[in-house]
Amino acid sequence: MDLNDAQGKLVRLFNDANTQFHKMPGSAIILRYIKSSYQNDPVRSAIELFLFLFAVRYLLAPAYSTQKNKEVSLSEEEVEELVDEWTPEPLVTPITPLEEAENTKRPIIVGPTGPKVKLSNGRTVTNLASCNFYNFVANETIKEKAIQTLRTYGVGPCGPPGFYGTQDVHMKTEADVASHLGTPACIVYAQAFSVVSSVIPSFSKRGDIIVADKAVNYAIRRGIQISRSTVRWYEHNDMEDLERVLQKVVKEQAKKRLTRRFIITEGLFENIGDVVDLPKLVELKLKYKFRLILDEAWSYGVLGRTGAGVTEAQNVDASEVDMITGSLSGPLCAAGGFCAGSEEVVEHQRISSASYTFSAALPALLSTTASETISMLQEEPELLSSLRENIKAMRAQLDPRSDWVNCTSSVDNPVLLLVLKPEVVTSKNLSIEDQHQIVQDVVDECLANGVFIAKLRPMPKALGTSPQDESWQPTPALKVCLTIGLNKKETEKAGVIIRHAITKIMTRRK
Amino acid sequence: MPIRAPRAVNPFATTSPSSSPALDAMNEKADQQRRPSFTKGNKLASLFGGGSPRTRSEAAAIQAAILAQEKALNSPSSLSLPSINLTTATGEKMPSESKTLFQPPSPEEAQKQAKAHAQFGPLGSPAHRYTSQHVGDFAEPIEDEPPYYFLITTYISYLILIVFGHVRDFFGKRFRKQHYSHLAERDGYAPLNSDFDNFYTRRLKMRINDCFSRPTTGVPGRYITLLDRESSDGNNTFKLLGTSTETLNMSSYNYLGFAQSDGPCADATEVIIRKYGVSMASPRADAGTSDLALEVEDLVAKFVGKPASMVFSMGFVTNATAFPTLVGKGCLIISDELNHASIRFGARLSGAMIEMFKHNDMRDLERKLRDVIAQGQPRTHRPWKKILVVVEGLYSMEGTMCNLPALVQLKKKYKFNLFIDEAHSVGALGPRGRGVCDYFGIDPAEVDILMGTLTKSFGANGGYIAADKDIIDKLRTQNAAMLFAESPAPPVLVQIASALRIITGEYVPGEGEERLQRLAFNSRYLRLGLKRLGFIVYGHDDSPIIPIMLYNPAKMPAFSHEMLRRKISVVVVGYPATPLVSSRARFCVSAAHTKEDLDRMLAACDEVGDLLQLKFSSGVAGGAAPGDVVGVKEDEGNLESLVVKKPRWRLVDVVRTGVEDAKVPLR
Repeated sequence: MDLNDAQGKLVRLFNDANTQFHKMPGSAIILRYIKSSYQNDPVRSAIELFLFLFAVRYLLAPAYSTQKNKEVSLSEEEVEELVDEWTPEPLVTPITPLEEAENTKRPIIVGPTGPKVKLSNGRTVTNLASCNFYNFVANETIKEKAIQTLRTYGVGPCGPPGFYGTQDVHMKTEADVASHLGTPACIVYAQAFSVVSSVIPSFSKRGDIIVADKAVNYAIRRGIQISRSTVRWYEHNDMEDLERVLQKVVKEQAKKRLTRRFIITEGLFENIGDVVDLPKLVELKLKYKFRLILDEAWSYGVLGRTGAGVTEAQNVDASEVDMITGSLSGPLCAAGGFCAGSEEVVEHQRISSASYTFSAALPALLSTTASETISMLQEEPELLSSLRENIKAMRAQLDPRSDWVNCTSSVDNPVLLLVLKPEVVTSKNLSIEDQHQIVQDVVDECLANGVFIAKLRPMPKALGTSPQDESWQPTPALKVCLTIGLNKKETEKAGVIIRHAITKIMTRRK
Repeated sequence: MPIRAPRAVNPFATTSPSSSPALDAMNEKADQQRRPSFTKGNKLASLFGGGSPRTRSEAAAIQAAILAQEKALNSPSSLSLPSINLTTATGEKMPSESKTLFQPPSPEEAQKQAKAHAQFGPLGSPAHRYTSQHVGDFAEPIEDEPPYYFLITTYISYLILIVFGHVRDFFGKRFRKQHYSHLAERDGYAPLNSDFDNFYTRRLKMRINDCFSRPTTGVPGRYITLLDRESSDGNNTFKLLGTSTETLNMSSYNYLGFAQSDGPCADATEVIIRKYGVSMASPRADAGTSDLALEVEDLVAKFVGKPASMVFSMGFVTNATAFPTLVGKGCLIISDELNHASIRFGARLSGAMIEMFKHNDMRDLERKLRDVIAQGQPRTHRPWKKILVVVEGLYSMEGTMCNLPALVQLKKKYKFNLFIDEAHSVGALGPRGRGVCDYFGIDPAEVDILMGTLTKSFGANGGYIAADKDIIDKLRTQNAAMLFAESPAPPVLVQIASALRIITGEYVPGEGEERLQRLAFNSRYLRLGLKRLGFIVYGHDDSPIIPIMLYNPAKMPAFSHEMLRRKISVVVVGYPATPLVSSRARFCVSAAHTKEDLDRMLAACDEVGDLLQLKFSSGVAGGAAPGDVVGVKEDEGNLESLVVKKPRWRLVDVVRTGVEDAKVPLR
């Protein structure tokens, strides 16, 4: 009777539910659907029910997460054990003998830099390793000007440009650079090296496209890396290859939303020394509607009649180049860097270029020095012509006369990069390591003979990258930087010493 | 000094017998009469407003100086007193030949002194010193909250700004197309700025653009000279008016007051410019390593207490290039969420994985550490090669310090490497100014890498990394800035070297100590004063960075303008540098400030605070009068239970009691 009771209750409950169900709006439709879909086929109904439940479950499930499922769930004790077990690698790998040698051999200059420098070992040597091309370091007018600035502004500006760090001298330097180049505006950064690696990510974002020369310098590479843009490389200074890449990009992107596109290259290449073909580049960029970022770190203050860089040397209107970045620290012997372009380009950087907004401004005395040297270059073109005389004299001693090396630098580049001739490399079967060793030996030999020259540095590789993924590296090269602080005769003499040192090292090596 | 008594002058304030209060008071009196244009007596009413003639031509300055001198001569008190220079930090040279006691200063001398004092104020009283040192347990600063009314109005303000912005955009894009051309596609070029990204700048920041990037001239010392400018097109462009305004500088990172154009640092710099020129014209690796650079590296290493260091020409690049040489693929960086942009830049370049933890939350850090060590690398579950925890010593927007004692504890257990960015803390914290390690009394050997900038406390430019010798040796061969970037300029290096030597007491003994102690006192005095006036102040007590909360976006320009009208330059920051609601004004205290300057600052804040309704504080974060703490429950750490009256002190009381109370824990 208990059972009957329960059954009665169940029936009543069922009837109640049934009437409630029928009262529900839309219940008739559901009923009709179930009836019409059943069609004496319980399997079909079961599948439909299953699908329905799956859909409900799917909709109610939390958002899809990649993290959650990958984590191994561990108990507190296990975590404790893992923590105890974990031993990190040392923060840096032990120093290699090669690096050790590098550190101990690095020449230390005692006193001022200049055409002749005193080293810490007491010897005075001819300095062909600094970018002191016009010997501005020793210029008394510049020193006086710097002291005057020091006595008015102190040394550091003690703040970023956005927070009371913008001084009138910075505005003057910006105007000076802009008028020298012939661009509408310019922005001065506190350090040259940081300019281009900060300019690139401030304009080019994820999804944008960068087409860059394969041989661009380290700072540009880091800028591209930070920007997270899609990057395509073209063969070094090969305008046909560039056009091919541009065409390909335009074709690929034809159907997609229009994104910003940039061509990035250098004026004078830091790693090769040759010069870009700017007229052709501008033609291509206009044709394919790319913007051009030109790094003039090594060409500003060097090329052109007044040292205004590639645009002046190759008769291209500077406003055709969207962003010109450059250095005030190299040939100009001040410090800092700049980016010149339109008002829009410059103002955008003032709020969104990381190394400008988040760094203290340039010390005032270095800013006035830059202004001073820019006006000197414009007023005294003989500075540039005598530098070119020296370049010619040095090249004559090295490039055609040496059996072992040739110079990859452009004829007006005061930085002569000397690489071993390809036939020498093949005939002697020299590996990259051998070439590095030869370059180092030549540098040491020159220094022993009283001439201080530098070598081209390979770009440091990111930690943890496997040796297989070799990125582009410059060919090992000697770096000879000329200066008008030495006269033609002294330059030729130094050239002879370098040539003999190369010959000595190469003949000793059989 | 107008009147000098060569035998009696002892410029070393700490050792000077003349720093007895009585003499000091007399000296202060004499001081007032000598420089009437600066201090104008002790009356608060005259501390600001038209009374302080900081904008004037040189001729006027000489006139004023002559007037002052005549006044001083006629006044009996100054006649009878040989004045004694209490401060050693203003760079005044000792008189070379003896002068009579009553000889008046030449106008040039008076002018020169006025200039020196505009860069570094003289110490008013020996009581205005304090030693920056950590006592007791690390206390998390309490973040007070404003009444809900202000939070709600803040959100509504942003809503109105955004709605207005969109309305303006809507009509502007239809009727004034040329103004929006840079946001649209132009003959096949995508816009440089996306419309969406640019909205904040265009519609919100542009309104208050005149509060940022104000051009300056001269030394950013105790005072800073702003170039007056105006805009006729809604802050799009500015036109310089050709005039300038000298304002009290509460904005520059000039913690120890080394921004000076006179004094031992500037003198040393001049000598070096004459000898070395201004540049090394080469990267460090080629021909840029000078004896000066090595000397500075030695000094920096000794100063921070590490075996070796290296210096760079820019602080940003120091961080940007340091991380790729330390960590890479397979390594993990755990970074405080409020770390500086340069750390993020460097961390991203390194290619290591990056995790964040909540600002200064050691529990969150420990949870993260346990999690990542137990789980290993994502997907492969291999153990991490290295884990680098990156924190800042002193956070520039919050004024908080890292919890170094807890970090060192965690480091022992979890074996990670610790990187501290001391950009703001080096020189500014610790009894000997050596940063957070010094402040907390922790051996620098406990921290793997100490990085810092030379821009702030030392009045120079650049950055450094200090670590064990093997790490530095490795960095020298691998670091990109070493290989490719310009080496620090000789004048900058010598400024660093002489500033460091002054701090350690090697040059001008006593002066470094004075600077450090004045900074510590000034920081606490201003912070306490602001708390008592009723402002919500963030950060730790000894921090020279003092942010006060404004909340409503419109209060940022209002505060900045009101302070500028009172001839004080301050920094206001809002979104995106801070969370959306917590817009703030940030004051940077310097050793160059005098107590009078801070009183002037407090008076200005008091007025502006009333005007703009900025006194929100509930008193939980300190500032209440001792009798006003109504009920303190005794259960420790439960700060919610603290019932206090809202601190709304009168300015006179704040100034009267401030000096004493700033030296006890600020509650």
